[in-house]
Amino acid sequence: MNASTRVFENVFKKPWIWAYLGTLIVWLITIAFTKGQGAGDIVTAALSFATFTVIVGIGQMLVITTGPGNIDLSIPANIALSGAVTMKVMDGSNEMLLVGVFVALGCGLAVGIFNYSLIRILRIPPIIATLSSSFLILSTAIAYGRGLKIKPPPLLADFATMRLFGIPILAIFVIAMAGFFSIVMHRTLYGRSILAIGQNMRAAWLAGIQVERIRFITYVLSALLASICGLVLAGFSGGASLNMGEEYLLASIAVVVIGGSSVAGGKSNVPGIWGAALFLFLLVTMLNTLGVTAGLRLILTGLIIIAVITTAGGDKPQH
Amino acid sequence: MWGYLSSPKFLRSALPAASFLALLAAIFYLQPRTMSYFGLNLMLQYAVPIALATIAQMHILMVNDLDLSIGPFVGLTACIGATLLTTNPVLGILALTGCIAAYAGLGALIYWRNLPSIVVTLGMSFVWLGIAVIVLPTPGGKAPVLIKAIMGFKFPFIPLPIILATAIALIVHIGLMHSSYGAVLRGTGGNPKAVARAGWSLLKSKMLMYGTAGFFGVLAGLSLIGLTSAADAHIADRYTLYSIAGVILGGGEFVGGRVSAIGAVLGALTLTLTGSFLIFMKISPDWQIGAQGAILIIVLALRALINRKEA
Amino acid sequence: MSTERKQIVRFEAVHKSYGAVKALVNVDLKVDAGECLGLVGHNGAGKSTLMNVLAGTIPSDQGIISVQGKDLAANYDVKKAHKNGIRCVFQELSLCPNLTVAENVRVVHKSLKGFGWKKRSRTLIKDKLDEIFPDHGIYTDDVVGDLSIGKRQMVEIARAFTVTDDPLHLVILDEPTSSLDSSTAQQLLDYVRKAVGNDQSCILISHLLGEILNYSDRILVMKDGEVVAERPAADFTRDLLVADMGSKIEAESTLSSERSMKVRNTAELMVRAGDKQQEDNIELLAHKGEIVGLAGLAGNGQAKMLLQVYDTAMKGTRRDSVDVQGPVSLVAGDRQADGIFHLWSIGRNVCVRSLRNMVTNFLIDPSLEQHMSELWRNKIKIKTPDMNNNILSLSGGNQQKALFARALGSDAEIVLMDDPMRGVDIGTKYEVYDLIKNESENGRTFLWYTTEIDELYNCDYVYIFREGKIVAEISHSELTEEKVLQASFEKGV
Repeated sequence: MNASTRVFENVFKKPWIWAYLGTLIVWLITIAFTKGQGAGDIVTAALSFATFTVIVGIGQMLVITTGPGNIDLSIPANIALSGAVTMKVMDGSNEMLLVGVFVALGCGLAVGIFNYSLIRILRIPPIIATLSSSFLILSTAIAYGRGLKIKPPPLLADFATMRLFGIPILAIFVIAMAGFFSIVMHRTLYGRSILAIGQNMRAAWLAGIQVERIRFITYVLSALLASICGLVLAGFSGGASLNMGEEYLLASIAVVVIGGSSVAGGKSNVPGIWGAALFLFLLVTMLNTLGVTAGLRLILTGLIIIAVITTAGGDKPQH
Repeated sequence: MWGYLSSPKFLRSALPAASFLALLAAIFYLQPRTMSYFGLNLMLQYAVPIALATIAQMHILMVNDLDLSIGPFVGLTACIGATLLTTNPVLGILALTGCIAAYAGLGALIYWRNLPSIVVTLGMSFVWLGIAVIVLPTPGGKAPVLIKAIMGFKFPFIPLPIILATAIALIVHIGLMHSSYGAVLRGTGGNPKAVARAGWSLLKSKMLMYGTAGFFGVLAGLSLIGLTSAADAHIADRYTLYSIAGVILGGGEFVGGRVSAIGAVLGALTLTLTGSFLIFMKISPDWQIGAQGAILIIVLALRALINRKEA
Repeated sequence: MSTERKQIVRFEAVHKSYGAVKALVNVDLKVDAGECLGLVGHNGAGKSTLMNVLAGTIPSDQGIISVQGKDLAANYDVKKAHKNGIRCVFQELSLCPNLTVAENVRVVHKSLKGFGWKKRSRTLIKDKLDEIFPDHGIYTDDVVGDLSIGKRQMVEIARAFTVTDDPLHLVILDEPTSSLDSSTAQQLLDYVRKAVGNDQSCILISHLLGEILNYSDRILVMKDGEVVAERPAADFTRDLLVADMGSKIEAESTLSSERSMKVRNTAELMVRAGDKQQEDNIELLAHKGEIVGLAGLAGNGQAKMLLQVYDTAMKGTRRDSVDVQGPVSLVAGDRQADGIFHLWSIGRNVCVRSLRNMVTNFLIDPSLEQHMSELWRNKIKIKTPDMNNNILSLSGGNQQKALFARALGSDAEIVLMDDPMRGVDIGTKYEVYDLIKNESENGRTFLWYTTEIDELYNCDYVYIFREGKIVAEISHSELTEEKVLQASFEKGV
């Protein structure tokens, strides 16, 4: 570690502050440009949309934290599948809502178990395993949900879109969820185990941690969160669509990185995920407001991700 | 003789060819009319750009990295090819050269700061897409006449895609497997410390691998517009997943520098065939991508079985 | 023929330290053209460090390194060593497993390029393999990763003897026969004599004393980083070598032999490990409250057995060869690879094994964690102002103490120790020895793999490993350094 990296470490001592700071700056620039108009609406919109990224971001964070090379590429396909299946099952009726929730959880459970089986039994690296399973899941979603124009049950749509004093109810739930997972990471055996495995899998085993059991739970959790996301996203958007999960692959990884979790594993940051999700959404809003073209927007988003990871540097795990 | 044929080593290297031939045989069985020049040409049309993208990914995997941006990059080069290259060839060539240089620069950055290639290429996928959208905001453009002519050339007896795919496989194979520096480059994937200790620059090799990947990415984009005539920024988004699957199907390993150019091209061809296979099986095209995933899993399962037999 | 032989390399007062640990102390060494120098010593004697300095992979701290008459100590590195004709074949292989044999030769010879390089490379390595190992059965187009470890070693050795641009004056062979069968080993040693006859030199490190005695011209004995004896091979016998490797003073111990015997004969059996299939098989038995030592040269199966015991206990599976009657914990010897969680505080590192007992309502109680941290900070005397500091703020010895605290503070009834005192200062060692003794008196069982013979005096019973098997067992009362050395090295010549 050279001197400049050490300076950065001290300045950004609480990594999640950085993401929120960025969010604040971007928001200020935006409303400066609009001369204060719509400041509140922007915040509400940010909370609305960022919610979904946070849900899958947490799942992705859990997977990434278990160590280098662990990533869940099946999240978008999972979202699409869950959206399609739950919409069809619920068929727009409130009575079937609870069934829909269970179906979503069932989807997640099945995908998680499938992913982990590929990793464990076929000994495929997690990237390839989740990649290939995403192909299958996506096809299932497409075949099952083609031409689907079923509206979500009104209760679900309300839940996903209603606001309380300008704050979306769903966002409140997901903030609570983030809080819950923060506690999990800091205060539970499971959280502590993931952090140990991410730093050094072998040392974790030798320190008494049941490594494979924890990894299994992690992949299942990530899949469950993705399925839940699919359910509420369909409720929010008025129905499921085949490419509803597309943007969430890159987004889920981006919020983990920008939020301050270590890509090499062993260091998680749940509050940072909210900050990063808000930041990304507001960044896009700001660029839109400033009249920046779509192309430039994409370029800047990409460059920011690269800048963040380059500054953080590669954390090579001890061999 | 039987001992060699059933040895894990042979089985592993034969798997890509076997998968391809098995799929081809199944298609011929389902629809004998495809056993023709026209049939093969049609089925394997898009094999060339996919194979080129797969070769690009192969170079990255060879140095134990992964490229999540090859799809958008191919889209970008396609857009540049359909616009700049046609209107202002010199500028177009400069732009494409710049793209290759940028890829090499990425390799240098990743090596210098020891960055995870997944995240960096993830960010770059946004960048490539953004540039492509600026170059070509709406689908359109026109492919250069020369490229169209090359890609549309009707070779006698053997369909063009097969000729080109074979040529690509052979050229890369010779370059990597038969050149003296190619051996060193592959060595950096297998035991980088030992190669560095022998006095070779790991930075140079990484930059070369990434630069080569960029080069093949450019070729992929150009060959693509030769087939489609027009371009669009999102035209090759699926190529990222295709290229990874192609390398893996071709026997490439994730770590250790064991890749096969011929295998990668065969893998790309196999993936390209799945579309036709599903049509003839009367399975809806919805399952195309699922079938690709299933093939990948089956091949990996077979590989795991072969490896277990070895243990 | 001139009587004055050319001097290839000379070391004068070479030092190398790693922090507090002195790996090389005031080492003098010289090798002339046309001679084979044998190098022997027990674990940690400094042989590998010395060879690493000679080959240029590790820099020395001070001293003269004179190669072909020039002092190259400043900026000496692998490139310089190579240019001056010094090559090394280390124990860890430096072949690329994904390349063929011929391609691996290319990697180290920059001049093997251009048209026809492959053919030249093939010929180069084939000729050398034929010269050193007739009937080797290796094809130059075999992929190294597919070769057995013995064949890989043959390739690596032959490659070291190939010459293109850089000259070849001295080849260092570090345990070259460890993966070779006896006939192939013989071929190698015969070739070494042949090369020596052609004015090339060789340094041979081996634990097979017979090899050293029969094939070296001179022998250097090292112990604790120093050269303790240097004589022509003809003046040595096996027993003299063993005696030189040992220390003059017998170590002391506070253990009572009576208690050791009582525990062995009456206490309950906690661990049984051993391969029943093997003939003349000695099983490892450990009883409640017993400290059992695993000895012998490093890498002869001790760590493997510890891990077998650990895995069996963790997975709860039944195996024929291993029986464990209680929870286990492990103290790692290689801190970086197996022990330390580098992002965590000292306290977290200590408590990680014991978290299960700190959970109320699914949440870990921070006060209990704090309590355990402080308890062990005092008990094992970890030198730190604050247990919440990052673990890497501790010195190496104190980091090791934290790992001990982790294992000892857990609910484990059996504690496995994988050579945990490597590189730890003497003060820490004695503190921990006492702690282990107390814990064993309270009923804890210890399986202690150590590469230092002196430490075995803290054990009630010792098993000596060689080539993956237990070849001897000694009780505390009968323990002598000489017995351990004898059993560690190959019997007979």
